[in-house]
Amino acid sequence: MGWFTKKTEAPALEPLPDIWHVCPKCQAHVFKKAWESALKVCPKCGHHDRIGARERIALLVDSGSFREFGTEITPSDPLGFSDAKGPYAAKAAATVAKLGQSEAVVVGSGNVDGTRIVLAVMDFRFLGGSLSTGTGEKIAMAIQHAIDFRRAFVMVSASGGARMHEGILSLMQMAKTCAALNRHREAGLPYISILTDPTTGGVSASYALVGDVNIAEPGALIGFAGRRVIETTIKQKLPDDFQTAEYLLEHGFVDAIVPRARLKETLAAILAYRRR
Amino acid sequence: MKKTSVSASAPKQNPAPARSAWETVQLARDPGRPGFRDYAAKMCDEFIELHGDRLVADDPAICGGFARIGKQRFMLIGHRKGVTTEERIACRFGMANPDGYRKALRLMKLAEKWGLPVVSLVDTSGAYPGLDAEARGQGEAIGRNLLEMAGLRTPVLVVITGEGGSGGALGIAVGDRVLMLENAVYSVISPEGCASILWRDGSKAPEAAEALKLTARDLARLGVIDAIVPEPAGGAHKDPASAVALVREAVAEHLGELLSGPSGDRLVEERFRKFSAMGRFDPKKAVPL
Ligand SMILES: [Zn+2]
Repeated sequence: MGWFTKKTEAPALEPLPDIWHVCPKCQAHVFKKAWESALKVCPKCGHHDRIGARERIALLVDSGSFREFGTEITPSDPLGFSDAKGPYAAKAAATVAKLGQSEAVVVGSGNVDGTRIVLAVMDFRFLGGSLSTGTGEKIAMAIQHAIDFRRAFVMVSASGGARMHEGILSLMQMAKTCAALNRHREAGLPYISILTDPTTGGVSASYALVGDVNIAEPGALIGFAGRRVIETTIKQKLPDDFQTAEYLLEHGFVDAIVPRARLKETLAAILAYRRR
Repeated sequence: MKKTSVSASAPKQNPAPARSAWETVQLARDPGRPGFRDYAAKMCDEFIELHGDRLVADDPAICGGFARIGKQRFMLIGHRKGVTTEERIACRFGMANPDGYRKALRLMKLAEKWGLPVVSLVDTSGAYPGLDAEARGQGEAIGRNLLEMAGLRTPVLVVITGEGGSGGALGIAVGDRVLMLENAVYSVISPEGCASILWRDGSKAPEAAEALKLTARDLARLGVIDAIVPEPAGGAHKDPASAVALVREAVAEHLGELLSGPSGDRLVEERFRKFSAMGRFDPKKAVPL
């Protein structure tokens, strides 16, 4: 019933979904190709859509310079976890197959305008970019690589937090990655953290906000606790811009908000200040 | 895992009852369990409280100060849930604001400067989910503690005394040795939170508690904790004085061992290795693809 009514009432000019992109924020209809060449940023309202790790790497490093490592690290199931939807192991394996990616982060080294860096880029499509033992291991490995080759480390976060299915061992990845960052810091090496939509929970409470320089994308959701949890706890309405990149800038927790199109040049300009 | 006299095996006088994970969660949350004030006053022979983060506030949900057991002096920090209703509200039921984590860090840095070891008592359902907490950088405060604690050049002994709730617990729990009371729990998320997300039904918390492997025995097996501190029969709330005495014994023993162990750079190196080993990738244990 419903679908029939809807169909007859639909305007004759309803755009075909494969040609048009509808902005989730302002509902503007944009040619998909134009939107993609704008790096999935809405030309009308500037909304930055989420992008995958490979797309992110392509826009941050010089073409052909990326060398990935750590692909041998794939998900583990240390608790033998099962929930209402079945075993976590099956879900993890299906995600690896679907995305062709070994974990929720891609790590490697690459050049930013000729400067070699080590990069770790989270991918929200992989179980919400959740921090698991495999993800933590890959990030720690990347940081160690940066220490061994005396490179700056650039972390791009996109995560809902720790992966519940790996329990306490996921929580421990927060300590593990920060212990690796401490070594990198003691070696006097630069750490730049790029926070994208979303950076929440355990990731916001470990490596994401402790960069030498913290850069956020416009409009990104960044925060520790979930909005609904906070609303039910304090029983008051939260400001509209609560936990946005702009809110964090105003409160002193990020150094700059940089649009996607200018991210690489900004990163290159900042890296040029490294003198040791 | 280090061999200790208060070992991961159940103590003789207290054969471990076959409790479900969910029952253990209830014990860990029992308001009759000893809290920070009990440990400060009765576990320690002296406690001189130090207040404030030197930035904006003095968060009562994390307390700390100079403390002594016998001749051993140390810096004591820990979550405080409060006992009376007024106290519990003031302490936000043990859920700390960023100011609490920053106060803890200030005291840990002071301990490092003065050559004192740190004893950290963990008992929180999690960091406070509040407007001010977010505005003042809850994530940054906890993350900063993880980074700084990794590099602290003084021994850190952690005791999970009740609830080890997620990042709010870990924010003061990066230690060279991590002990856990027999009926304490330590988890990435509360069973209720996990159930409402993965089961889409908060009432499935008992199932989630089981699946999360959050009891002391589970954590010892997973290599996350180093030893289990026994509790009086039926749980710490049945006999708080004995429970505190057992923690005192364990703290004195493990502090002694830590202080006769490595210091400075080697201590930091061993702490790094300890946390690096947690959840290390083993291809034989990977999910089949
Ligand atoms: Zn738009």
